[in-house]
Amino acid sequence: MSRPYAKLPAWIDYGLIPLINLVVAFLVAGLVVVAVGESPLQAAALMLRGAFGYAEGFGFTLYYATNFVFTGLAVAVAFHGGLFNIGGEGQAYVGGLGVAAVALSLGAVLPWWLNLPLAIALSFACGALWAFIPAYLQAKRGSHVVITTIMFNFIAAALMVYLLVGVLKPVGSMAPETRTFDAGGQLPKLRGLFELFGFNLGGAPLNVSVFVALLAAVLVYVLIWRTRLGYEIRTLGFSPRAARYAGMSETRVIVVTMMISGGLAGMMALNAVMGDQYRLAIDFPQGAGFVGIAVALMGRGHPAGIVPAAILFGMLYQGGAELAFDMPAISRDMIVIIQGLVILFAGALENMFRPGIGAAYQRVRFRTEEPAGANVGEAR
Amino acid sequence: MDLASLLDLIDSTIRLSTPLLFAALAGLYSERSGIFDISLEGKMLIAAFASASAAAVWGSVLLGLVFGILAAVGFSLVHGLASITYRGNQIVSGVAINFIAAGLTIILGQAWFGQGGRTPSLFGGGRFTAVELPFAEAVRDVPVIGPIYSGVLSGQTPLVYVAFAMVPLTWWVLFRTRFGLRLRAVGENPAAVDTAGISVTFLRYRAVIICGVLTGFAGAYLSTGQAAGFTRDMTAGKGYIALAALIFANWKPVPVMFACLLFGFLDAVSIRIQGVELPLVGEVSVQFVSALPYILTVILLAGFVGKATPPRAGGVPYVKER
Repeated sequence: MSRPYAKLPAWIDYGLIPLINLVVAFLVAGLVVVAVGESPLQAAALMLRGAFGYAEGFGFTLYYATNFVFTGLAVAVAFHGGLFNIGGEGQAYVGGLGVAAVALSLGAVLPWWLNLPLAIALSFACGALWAFIPAYLQAKRGSHVVITTIMFNFIAAALMVYLLVGVLKPVGSMAPETRTFDAGGQLPKLRGLFELFGFNLGGAPLNVSVFVALLAAVLVYVLIWRTRLGYEIRTLGFSPRAARYAGMSETRVIVVTMMISGGLAGMMALNAVMGDQYRLAIDFPQGAGFVGIAVALMGRGHPAGIVPAAILFGMLYQGGAELAFDMPAISRDMIVIIQGLVILFAGALENMFRPGIGAAYQRVRFRTEEPAGANVGEAR
Repeated sequence: MDLASLLDLIDSTIRLSTPLLFAALAGLYSERSGIFDISLEGKMLIAAFASASAAAVWGSVLLGLVFGILAAVGFSLVHGLASITYRGNQIVSGVAINFIAAGLTIILGQAWFGQGGRTPSLFGGGRFTAVELPFAEAVRDVPVIGPIYSGVLSGQTPLVYVAFAMVPLTWWVLFRTRFGLRLRAVGENPAAVDTAGISVTFLRYRAVIICGVLTGFAGAYLSTGQAAGFTRDMTAGKGYIALAALIFANWKPVPVMFACLLFGFLDAVSIRIQGVELPLVGEVSVQFVSALPYILTVILLAGFVGKATPPRAGGVPYVKER
């Protein structure tokens, strides 16, 4: 029971075990559905149909997935550095300020394709700035980044309400949001692109920022596994003492990692603010920052895992919204439970099935390879 | 500021720090045994929901308390399973529990009561009522002492007294009993405890269960003592603030009480400061006041007021054989 866990081949470690954990998480979620008196199978069928059954639903699924790619990458980058960034929600929220600054000031002047890089830069900068203080305090004062980032979520919510109610709201308007952006502040939707292939996206808000998200995923891969900084980040995450011994500046790596993480979370605002709502409104991230934690854990911190995990959660968001029409007992909050269960089983309880699977694998392997050595597995 | 409003401020400080105190002491047991727990928030929330639901259905506040404790202990055991038995990441486990609690309270509340995630309003036996201490009426007219005794010390709900009684009790358990010594040892050096022939696993599970019981009290106080029923996300970050109080107090019971009173006081002041003109600053914005506890938590955590030294083995799963 208390022995260290044995090493298993990659396809079990990165394929089978996460899959089993995910299945268990969904089984438990199914129990909750049973508890409120609905059929889990029917709920799953409705959800799948809502998310993939028709082009518009699929467009919504990919739109939500875009949000989660950004926030999932944000959490993953911090994870590689051994830092747990729970502040994605606040960083995304503040990132909206950067997007709004570009869209409000230059929206009438420049076309969208010139405004997009500016908005990327500013949303990244705002998110990074919001992550800077917790990062600095962790590096210099040792205050735990988990708690400070949680606090910064609350502070961000208060700050944004203050700005939207008091400063950014147009004169004479009652709603706490900015004015609608001019044409240059609106990212084009992908409706036309999909029509070429005969799909009608309808009102789905899928827009060009999905390509920005995919590009970000590639860049995060390059950063973490192909650059010197990425090497430093992974070293810090693996062993802070080794990083220190190797002469890496702990402070610099912590601050830079957290700022990249915060910046990626901030870029989520591109999709929601500039790509869909065309205005900065109260609570636009809608929990996407927190979903990022589940997405990063499910994708095991690798962009190649994060993108499918984001699509899965996009499916849950879109399918869940459709589901709420047919089963009023199952609202959006069901997603929060599933999110929690995925974090629990794919993250905290990831070792639960490992000894059993490991033992089964050893038995199968020894039976096929060397039938005489049945006890070798015990001796390891 | 006259005496009456000062007493009023102290009174609401005590009320507002009670849930923080329960939660922070809960965290104290868990973290002293080496299990970090950021799921205080979620456990309080599920306990608040369970006790308000039970109290609404059966009309008994004590039954509510029992169900609140059971729910919180159940979640504690999940946290224990993940972080003790399966040696998972304790922060990740805590985050998961917070999400599950946030979603589950709304979904179940909507399915059972159909009021958008609220529980029905509690009245009569469904709520904790104020306890009048002896002679409270008799000494009311005595200057200074009278109002303090009858206005602040008397007339609180029973759980307030339980919370403050838990402080010396926790101190005694932790520093004067064999269990407490072992609990502290297992948080500093589990291998030494193991060598002495004491089960690290069992000790840590007991600590986690105590943590569940106390967060159960915290949640029950919120929904059946302070308020009259459960409302969506009613903990509003109190679990995290309790955690901050625990860190600020360096994981010691008596300082924990003062830290909780400080945060409770800030909360009480912030309700009163809204819309008041202050010299130099002008009118304080509502949003700034609502963010004040979180900003102060960050400042306190930044260690500008003393240095925090967590239990050495905190957050590290114990592996018996290598």
